[in-house]
Parts: sequence; structure tokens; C-alpha cells
Amino acid sequence: MLTRAANDDDRRRTTEFERLNFMVPITTFHYLVVAAALFVLGVIGVLTRRNVVIVLMSIELILNAVNLNLVAFSRMWGNLHGQTFAVFIVVDAAAEAAVGLGILIAFFRNKETINVDEIDLLKW
Amino acid sequence: MNSVVNTGAAPVATPFFFYFLAGAAIVSGLLVITRRNAVHSALSLIVTLLSVAGLYLMLYAPFVAGVQIIVYAGGIMVLFLFVIMLVNIERSAKDRQFNRIWPVGLAAACALLSLFVSAFVKGRNLFPDRLVALQESSNTQQIAAMLYGEAGRMGPYTFAFEIASLLLLVAILGAVIMTKKKI
Amino acid sequence: MLNAFMSYLGSTVPPGNADNQLWALIYVLIIFAGVSLAVVAMNWIERKALAHFQIRLGPMRVGPHGLLQPIADALKLMLKEDIIPAQADAVVFWVAPLIGLLAAFTVYTVIPFGPSQAVSDMNIGILFMLGVSSLGVLGIITAGWASNSHYPLIGALRSSAQMVSYEVAMGLAIVSALLMTSLNRTGTGTLSMIGIVEAQQQQGVWFIFKFFPLGLIAFVIFAIAMIAETNRAPFDLPEAESELTAGFHTEYSGLRWSLFMLGEYAAMIAVSSIAVTLWLGGWMRPFPNLLTGSAWDFIFSLFPGLTFAGLAAIAFIGTARMPAQAYFRIQRIGLAVFAALLGLIALLLLAIAVAGRTNDASIAGRFREGIDYVYWFVLKVAVFMYLFIWYRATWPRYRFDQLMRVGWKVMLPISLGVLILTAIVGVLIS
Repeated sequence: MLTRAANDDDRRRTTEFERLNFMVPITTFHYLVVAAALFVLGVIGVLTRRNVVIVLMSIELILNAVNLNLVAFSRMWGNLHGQTFAVFIVVDAAAEAAVGLGILIAFFRNKETINVDEIDLLKW
Repeated sequence: MNSVVNTGAAPVATPFFFYFLAGAAIVSGLLVITRRNAVHSALSLIVTLLSVAGLYLMLYAPFVAGVQIIVYAGGIMVLFLFVIMLVNIERSAKDRQFNRIWPVGLAAACALLSLFVSAFVKGRNLFPDRLVALQESSNTQQIAAMLYGEAGRMGPYTFAFEIASLLLLVAILGAVIMTKKKI
Repeated sequence: MLNAFMSYLGSTVPPGNADNQLWALIYVLIIFAGVSLAVVAMNWIERKALAHFQIRLGPMRVGPHGLLQPIADALKLMLKEDIIPAQADAVVFWVAPLIGLLAAFTVYTVIPFGPSQAVSDMNIGILFMLGVSSLGVLGIITAGWASNSHYPLIGALRSSAQMVSYEVAMGLAIVSALLMTSLNRTGTGTLSMIGIVEAQQQQGVWFIFKFFPLGLIAFVIFAIAMIAETNRAPFDLPEAESELTAGFHTEYSGLRWSLFMLGEYAAMIAVSSIAVTLWLGGWMRPFPNLLTGSAWDFIFSLFPGLTFAGLAAIAFIGTARMPAQAYFRIQRIGLAVFAALLGLIALLLLAIAVAGRTNDASIAGRFREGIDYVYWFVLKVAVFMYLFIWYRATWPRYRFDQLMRVGWKVMLPISLGVLILTAIVGVLIS
């Protein structure tokens, strides 16, 4: 039976392995940075794209960034409130996608366009 | 019992998988907002969603990862692809891709980014540098206790759960009313 | 090295949970090879069985009774020209078959062939399976879109609508089975595939017979939905050849097309395994709680060997019945060799059963146990695979609006009703 601590050869391999892995332990902060990057990408998509479908997808990106934050904090504090919240946000995203795409189809049927800056009438 | 390489439940090569998944998520997220063709955007978004699901697994949240795969990648994205194929993407792929005020939007996003950067640079030490290993083997059961309560008592989110189901019902009705020509 | 290799044999949990990467890798390879072999065998059996259903002979020329036909088919597909249509979206066209294949094969990481004969026992097992197998629809939808052609696009839209619709009924049927796992002293259910089978063992009944007829109805709904999920007859509208030539894979040819086929058959085996795990007791032999004792254990452990012996006998009879002409000599020798091979496997299995009959902890006993578990699991799955062929030979294809009507207006209300009734009965009993 070989345990990692007991075997010298094995320990050397472990350190080499960890050096390969950039030596930095992954903390909550790392996850926050990823989430922030995804969030900013989503915001850019919402603010600059014309295609409604891609705008909706960017909103999904934003929601995912929020979810990642919640789950990371859930692990930091060691309780499951964050994960439960993430489940609720997934539910919310499903509702949003269904209604958003429904509006999109109704709109496309009337105006034959899916460009967001052509949706500029309050009534027609 | 006799397993030789029993190192406990610690995942192997965590930093490698983290950087791999994070890189995949961000690169494909970038593709989502830059692709001309909406189907390519949707496929990149699926890659992002799956990488984020992998990150959840690394954060000891298997249930959220499962929900992410089944609801997002299997449900919502199929809906997106379905709608993309129903509407005419040929025209919008040839169109101008960014709206007229895109510099303003980009500037606002950059402002947000700088806000994030300054908050992270200045407040890095405020985050407690701890990671708790959550109990992975009963994750689903614990989330169920949160949502439904256990031992006859209501959980902290039981009411919110009911409201969420109502929200879904309203969303179904809304989607049907929007898309049906004649009800 | 040998120590590391044998280390897992004493363990009672899957290698993924024992943190034994070597054995997990071995399991992955075994399962991959096994599933690929099963797909090849299924290909042959389907052609033969369909032919016999229609009083034809089926493939007879390549090898005795067409046994080498799958190899010939594979060679043909590999050598065929691989066409990418000029107007197609090349990248997506290239990726689409891989999505379906990956989704179909990833599912196998959680399928429990035995209490420790799985790659890993996930806490979210069944959720993972459903999620990953629902990714298969992405492969179909992207394939249809990327071909940039009318029939594939219509086929893709049909299949996505069909799979999303039937997933709802399927999910509700699964939830009603999951509710049954919580009928124990603690009142906590489980999503883990191994936990589900163990719950059936504890309650002493397969979930198909639990709360008769509720379990049976849920099972039937799942059995119908899983055919729709895998796009098989009578729900094979996405590839209805009379309407859409070949549906979403019309433009595919050669190796890429065969990847679609591989993915489809792998997905069929995967959903059958879900059904077996949830309702038919997974790896358990018949009456594990009633007929206990080492004598019964020994009798049931003879079954794998006897099955192979029966197959060998059939092959020998086939050899004997071959026409006594010089033309058939090679085929006759081939079939005799095949029969001898089957007989050899049968002898090996019987030897293991006899050697491992007393001591469960020895290596032979461990092997006997594992073979038992895998045998009963595979046997139950094989019944489903035969049913897939039988349905295809028997039933005419649905029309698309009928399909949708059945999915939403019949299956969904029934599965909801079964779910509610199961919950009520469960609460009343406990």
C-alpha cells in the first residue's frame, strides 16, 4: 500500500505536478473574476448588438455570471443558500427565454425584422 | 478499502481544470457577442454554459450543474436554435451587426469593467480567503431541504419556490398567447 | 503495479468514488468497447430480425448467416467518399455528428452495471443522464441546419420539437419513480443510479410493480417516450424516408453518417438502461430477496454460462444444417469456429461460477459476482433492444400532428396524474 506522504518518489512527482498547475490555489476570487468577465461580455452584447436573439443570449450570459458568483460564495460560506438561489435564477432564465422568444416571434410575424433598433414604435 | 491512490475527495489538477474551463467560458462568451451568424452564437453560448456547469462541479455544486445542463443547454438553447431557424437570419446576417449607439454602449461597459477592476484590486483583501468543502454526496438532498423543508417544517425558500412555479405558469401562458395567431 | 491493478477488486464502491483513476479508466475503456461491440451486434441482429419478421433471409452472403456483414458495412462506410455540400456551414456540419456521439457516450459514466460496476456514482446520477442525453438533440438540430437544405432542416425542426415535447412526459415519469425511492425510514430519496437500484432492493420490489398499477403506467409512459427520444419507429418522423428522404442526415455520407448511426444506437442502449435501472431492478437477479442462500446464488450464477452454451448450441445446429456442398465449406468452417468460440466462453463462465461459488471475497468470487450483475443488467437491456426492433417491424409511422397530440394531450396529463397519485399513496402509506 502506497500512500502519498510516505513515498518520497511520489512526493517529488506531486510537487512537479503542482508546479505544472501554475502553483496558485484557486480561491473564490478567481471565480469572481471569471464571473465579472462574463458579466461584462453580456453587457457589451446587450448594449451593442442589433439582433434580438443575440441580445437575449447576452442576457443569458449575464444571468450565468450572477449564478457563478452565487455558487462561488455558497462554497465560500459553506452553506447552500447561494446554490438554491442559483436554481431560482435558472427558473427565471427559462421563463425569460420563453416569453422573450414568444415576443420575438410575434414581432417577426408583424414586422419581418429581428433588429432591436427597428423596434421603435409603441403601437402599430 | 484497499485503494492505493486514495487521496480523499480532493479533485485532481484543480487549477488546470479551472483555467481550462474559465478560458473556454470567456472565449466562447466573446464569440457569442461577436459572431455574425446567430446559430454560431448559440453554439458558442452552449460551450459557455457547459464550461460554467463544469465550474459549478468544481465548486461542489453538482445539482446546480445538472440543472444548468438540463435546463439551459438541453432546454433553453434548443428553444433558441428553434426560434433562430424560424425567423429569417439570412437577412440579419448580412445587415449591420451593431446598433448606431455602439460606442456609447461600449463606453458604458468599459466603465462597468473599470468599476469591477477597481473593486477587485482594492477589495481583494476583504474577501475571506477560505473555501469550505461542501458535502457533495448529499447535495441534492440538502437543496431539497432548503426548497421544501424537512421533518415537517417549511424550508427557508418554500414560499419562493411556490412563487417560482407560478412564474413559470405565467411564462407558459405568455409564450402561448404571444405566438399563437388565433387563440 | 500489480498491487495498484488489483487494489480495486476488494472495493465495494465504484472507482470514481474510491478515487481510483486507473480502474475508472479501465471501466471507461471496457464500456466504450462493449457499447461499440453492442452497436455492431445490434446492427446485425436488427437486419436479421427485421428480415425474419418479413419472412426474408436478410444478409446471408458475407460470412455464415451474414455474421461478418457489420464489418463489411463498416469497411464500406470508411471507404466511401465523405461529401460536404458546397453551401453547407462546414464547421457546424463537421461538429454536429460529434455532439450526438459525445452526448450518447458520456451518459455511460453513470450507468450502474452493478453496485460497484460503474465508472462513478454521482449524487445527481439520473439528472446528469437526462441532461446529457438531452444534449443529443443539439447534434440533430445543428446537423439539419448546417446541411443548408430543405429536408434536413425540416427533419431537424421536427426532431427538436418531438424530443423537447416527449422529454416533459419522460421527466415526469422519472420523477414518479424517484418519489418511490423516498419510501424508507428516513424519508429521503435519491437521484443516484446506484441508490435507486438499492432502494428497490430494500423495498423488495421492482418499481414497475410498486403501487400497482401506478409504477406500471409510469414505466409504459417512459417506454413510449424513450422511443420518441431516440427517433425510432413508430416515432421516426425526423428521418421519415417517405417524406424527408432521410431527414436530418440526408446530406451526410460515409464515416460521418456512421457516427450518427453509432450515436443513435448508443443512445438507444442508454435510455434502455435508464428504464432498467429505474423500474426493472437494474443489476439484480430475479427474486433476490425471496430466493436467498448460497444454493440459489450458485444456480443463478450458472445462467451466464448456460446462455452462452445455448448460443453455441444454436450455432452448432446451424453448422449441421448447412447444405452439404463444396461451396458452403468455408462458411461451414467459419460457423463451426464461431460456435466453438461461444462454447469456450460458456465453459469459462461456468468455470468461474463453480470456482467462485463458496468464497465471495476471493478473486474468483469477485469475478463471479461481477459477471452475475452485468449479465442480468445486459439481459434486461437486451429485451428492450429487441422491443425496439419489434416496434419497427410492427407499427406504422405516426403523422406529426398525431405525434404532438399524443405527447402533449395524452402522455403529459397521464404522467402528471400518475405523479400526483404516487405522491398521495406514498404519503398515505408512510
